[in-house]
Amino acid sequence: MTAPIFPIAYYTLLEAVRNRMIWLVLVVVAASLGLGQFLHEIAITENAQIQSALLGAMLRFLAVFILAVFIITSMVRELNDKGSELILSLPIPRASYLAGKVLGFSGCALALAGIFAATLLIYAPPSQVALWGLSLFLELWIIEAFCLLCVFTFSQVVPALSATLAFYLLARSIAAFQLIAHGPLTPDESWSQQAINTIITAIAAVLPRLDTFTQTEWLAYHTGSWAALLPVATQSLIYVMLLGGAALFDLYRKNL
Amino acid sequence: MRERPLSTVPWPVLWLLMLGFCLQIAWHFSQPKPQARAEDLLPPPTIAALHLVSLGDPIPLARALMLNLQAFDTQPGIGLSYRQLDFAKVEGWLERILELDPRGQYPLMVASKVFGSVNEPSRQRRMFEFVYHQFLLDPDNRWPWLAHAAVMAKHRLHDLPLARKYARAIREHATGDNVPSWAKQMEIFILEDMNELESAKILLGGLLKSGKITDPGEMYFLMEELKRLERR
Repeated sequence: MTAPIFPIAYYTLLEAVRNRMIWLVLVVVAASLGLGQFLHEIAITENAQIQSALLGAMLRFLAVFILAVFIITSMVRELNDKGSELILSLPIPRASYLAGKVLGFSGCALALAGIFAATLLIYAPPSQVALWGLSLFLELWIIEAFCLLCVFTFSQVVPALSATLAFYLLARSIAAFQLIAHGPLTPDESWSQQAINTIITAIAAVLPRLDTFTQTEWLAYHTGSWAALLPVATQSLIYVMLLGGAALFDLYRKNL
Repeated sequence: MRERPLSTVPWPVLWLLMLGFCLQIAWHFSQPKPQARAEDLLPPPTIAALHLVSLGDPIPLARALMLNLQAFDTQPGIGLSYRQLDFAKVEGWLERILELDPRGQYPLMVASKVFGSVNEPSRQRRMFEFVYHQFLLDPDNRWPWLAHAAVMAKHRLHDLPLARKYARAIREHATGDNVPSWAKQMEIFILEDMNELESAKILLGGLLKSGKITDPGEMYFLMEELKRLERR
């Protein structure tokens, strides 16, 4: 069952290399360095903090966007070209096909997180950048699993990409929603408020708290510790397991 | 394309899905709840940086920044008093917002009525001085907020010289037709409160002789006021 996983992962990685994703990544890195220099010129004080904070936030979002677009377009093209049908016509379990894809895209995510983190070495200490980079990889891992689930569910680029970006934005802001819902300015007595609070709590329970991942303050104020990575890694593992199960469920029910 | 029946999904996949779901719920509720944390108001960036961020359209950015500044006392999950804010930074933000959208009245309204209402005289004075300096840049459009500052200086701060300074600025600089007479005449009544009757009489007499008062009712009211001052 495990034998086909590595060739599938290898060809997935090869696709990333051949469609020149690396050039796009290098252009982003070059643009970030230019922007960093520009910020250095206009900032009056706390130059390094401003550069690392703004570039960190920008690179984190671009990493998610680039990876999501790559995975969704690659998978949809493979579905449309009947490439996946060809692979699955061989004696390969569907779970192995998905595992191979996850492994291949994880390689892309690792490369993306590594290159973007290396860019930030100019502005922040290596230990904090390493922490940030590993956390970014885990964040990308969740996004990757969600993209695969969306592709198997929608089979179209636009709905899959929209759902992924909506998921990402919601997972990053759900803690703020919870705080607002339970804040001192919202009356808890009314039934409508209680219903809204319950809905928000239910949504929060099935979403990963991405606001605790890849934090900018690690870069700007050097507050990150390796202990912070443990809950991030545990959450990633659990959530990828959940999304993997859901993606496999959809894939096994798909009439290919 | 019809989907295949549920029976085609292997049991391990269903177990994985259920296990992942249960673990996610357990993990979520085992983690500490989000904690509200008061964030400091950051110093405003340079106007050049804001113009860059606005992508050539500064008015929406000015409006968004204004709402953000105004709502800074209600951060997610936490309620702050405006008194807890650093007013030097507040002033900096208001100035930048006015630079982005000079025709906007919102920053001056917030400065004079919202931030100018905090129960701390030094901060109120700071906001009124901000309004005064901004008024001098566009008196005919910004006079209402300085008039409000004059009223607040008189009744809240009980600082009649400050109120007179603002009222005089309105009389001297806000000379447009859109500026109502009562605003231009504020200084006279403040002088009367200060017991500076001679100055009040001179001002009132000058106003009546200037020919700027054309409404008969207003003319009658001001003449009666002049007579009343002369009797005192």
